[in-house]
Amino acid sequence: MASTALANRFGDRLRDPTFWGDNAALIGLVLIGAAFSLLSPYFLTWGNITALLVSASILIVLASAQQFTIVAAGIDLSIAANLPWSAVVFGLTYNAGWGTAAAIGAAIAAGAAVGVINGLIIARLKVNDFIATLGMLGVMSGVALIASNGQSFSVFSPFLQTLALGSLGPVRYFYLIALVVVLAAHIIFRYTAFGTHVLATGGNRDAARNMGIAVGAMRIAVYAINGALVGVAAVLLVARTGGADPAIATDELLSSIAAVVLGGSSLFGGRASMLGTVAGALVLTTLLNGFTLLQVSSFYQPIAVGIVVIAAAVLSRFQQ
Amino acid sequence: MSAATYPGPVLEVRGLTKSFGAVQALSGADLSCMRGQVTALVGDNGAGKSTLIRCLTGVQPFDDGDVHFNGQPMRLSSPTEARSRGIETVYQDLALVEDLTVWQNMFLNRELKRGLGPLRLLDRRRMIAQSQAHLERLLVNMPPVRSRVRRLSGGQRQSIAIGRAASWGSTLVIMDEPTAALGVRERDAVEQLIARLRADNIAQLIISHDLEQVMRVADTVWIMRRGRTVGHWRTADITRERIVAAITGANGSDPAARGDRL
Repeated sequence: MASTALANRFGDRLRDPTFWGDNAALIGLVLIGAAFSLLSPYFLTWGNITALLVSASILIVLASAQQFTIVAAGIDLSIAANLPWSAVVFGLTYNAGWGTAAAIGAAIAAGAAVGVINGLIIARLKVNDFIATLGMLGVMSGVALIASNGQSFSVFSPFLQTLALGSLGPVRYFYLIALVVVLAAHIIFRYTAFGTHVLATGGNRDAARNMGIAVGAMRIAVYAINGALVGVAAVLLVARTGGADPAIATDELLSSIAAVVLGGSSLFGGRASMLGTVAGALVLTTLLNGFTLLQVSSFYQPIAVGIVVIAAAVLSRFQQ
Repeated sequence: MSAATYPGPVLEVRGLTKSFGAVQALSGADLSCMRGQVTALVGDNGAGKSTLIRCLTGVQPFDDGDVHFNGQPMRLSSPTEARSRGIETVYQDLALVEDLTVWQNMFLNRELKRGLGPLRLLDRRRMIAQSQAHLERLLVNMPPVRSRVRRLSGGQRQSIAIGRAASWGSTLVIMDEPTAALGVRERDAVEQLIARLRADNIAQLIISHDLEQVMRVADTVWIMRRGRTVGHWRTADITRERIVAAITGANGSDPAARGDRL
């Protein structure tokens, strides 16, 4: 009896189009995973899943960063320049003998500083988010090139090597850090007044202001958090590549936005789903991983990614 | 004397003036609101109703005149200050965040927390329970407090916005056209809510164009024309036609209306 009722309830949920809209990324991940596991026996091995999670980690952190701005009805295009800039700051300070902890702090502070500048331009000078961060994209890519003299350089850090390769039991440190970032963001959005105020600012700025929320401060805060998380991602990037490159990883910008949108967050703000954002980032990474396993030419990958993003947008029309 | 026991009017306004450059928006507006009564404010577009409300709630400063709240002179500088004094305003846009739930909107910027220091997290359970209890008492057609406002009907949204304004121990709730965009049944639900707040001894000030509604729900009606108060009656003592005449200034009702005033 009880199981029939449960099955009925589950059936009702499956027939409800909003269920598909709200969980588009998760459903997509399951479908894509199922397809690849049928096509390649190697796909569902622990070795491959670990590799997949490790390569998704940086994108997950960047997508979390992007989530903060998108929730507040903003967007950060300067991620593509802030990431190499923060990586360069890490490399320069570390190679100057600052020590690992200080260099990590410097990288995160450098990222956060860019975020604060973004926030001030947007909230105080009343510049549209898109334009402000587009401008900062240009400014910071130039600053990163100047700071590094346009050269990529190696960073030898035993600590970062452990970070990139070590593990806690079967769990690699690398995606453990991404997991911590995601959990922290989830707690902020769901269990803190600050998170609620950010959601309100993104959902209905006039209403939030009317209820006495300092919407300007909220918008600066989300860009500051966004920048700090880009700094975290930069440290992971240096750990992974063993160097700082002022011109690296420009495709992470589109992927970070795509992951958030795939995850069911509206670009108009007001909705946050960390589970969705992680699933979105995993969908994008899984596509690349599966195509590599199946030896599909990498030329097809952006096509597949683009189609998935559009399909998710279509599904999200059923959200309520 | 404490605010809750002050026997006189909750709000008393005398001779309020406000000009924007050469335009005299208010040229001597009077108003008073009693505890446990519904006061209607009517007048044509541009008569100064909205300006008067904005001056009362601290959105705009006024030039001259007296405002007493619970017998104390009051001059507000911000809507937040008005709220902290127990004056809540429900504007036509309702100030609800559609993507948040009913209870999140109820407690927006007044969240209950538990824990210590920087680890203070939201007390979701207590906020849900209190929203449920509060709204259940006020509303006939109660929407689930966990549902997003986006899923609610216009009447439910209006009720939530009024219900939120009436919590927090507010003494005066001001509503701008609370039923303008609603169907008949939803309008009835909102009017029931207004009656319930009246029984709760809250003072309510309602701007309305719907004179039938004014006659139904209000105890007294104030009429504004060209920035000044031209009439004040108990609704029991007046007909709808007389109100219309006073609003439009037909049949030279200005001096006549003054003669009739309470």
